[in-house]
Amino acid sequence: MIRLRWLTGVIIIGILLLMIIYYRLSSLLEWQSLLLERCFFILLLCGFFCLWRILKGPTPADRVVAIDILGILILGFCAILGIPTGRDWYIDIGIAWALQSFISTLALAKYLEGRDFDE
Amino acid sequence: MNEAVGLFFIILGLIFDFFGCLGLIRLPDVYNRLQAATKSVTLGTCSILFGLFLFKGLTAAGIKAILATLFLILTSPVAAHALARAAHKSGVKLWSNSVCDKYEEDKNALP
Repeated sequence: MIRLRWLTGVIIIGILLLMIIYYRLSSLLEWQSLLLERCFFILLLCGFFCLWRILKGPTPADRVVAIDILGILILGFCAILGIPTGRDWYIDIGIAWALQSFISTLALAKYLEGRDFDE
Repeated sequence: MNEAVGLFFIILGLIFDFFGCLGLIRLPDVYNRLQAATKSVTLGTCSILFGLFLFKGLTAAGIKAILATLFLILTSPVAAHALARAAHKSGVKLWSNSVCDKYEEDKNALP
């Protein structure tokens, strides 16, 4: 049973990676570099892993961990988006997102401990 | 030359990010997931930001990327430590095959 679950997961992730590498994906922006487009979609796949953990996580601590990791990943999205589009303000969005993600993670950790926010 | 080195750093960071998120969905326990995901995703994103700095050079975006790297290195361990402590205090059980739990022993040893 465990081996069947392993095999299913490996097959799903392998199919997604092969789709990302071999197929031309439609994109909203005009990308100047095909390799960076592939890199961006692999990062989106990592974001879907985090969303899966947020949906499925058995305890609230799992969900908070996944939200923290997703906030760090979005800084990576914004950094990669800034290169092929030539727009420098994407990194500003990333910095603001990382700051708010850090503050919200600390607040959620305090809430998990069972203390109030004003202590 | 700079762009080739920057691309190398971005792909390296992408590999770290991918395996960190794979650990996030694969490992059995909150603490295992936390220690697998936080370290490797932090290193991977710092590597991506350094690659962006190599692409952009000493412009506004490049210096912002270096500042974001410093911010991430400083704040990510703090958030991970607070989360692990909060999870342990809120009563999340360890995995059944875990070897030791030093924090529980320390809490019992204190007066």
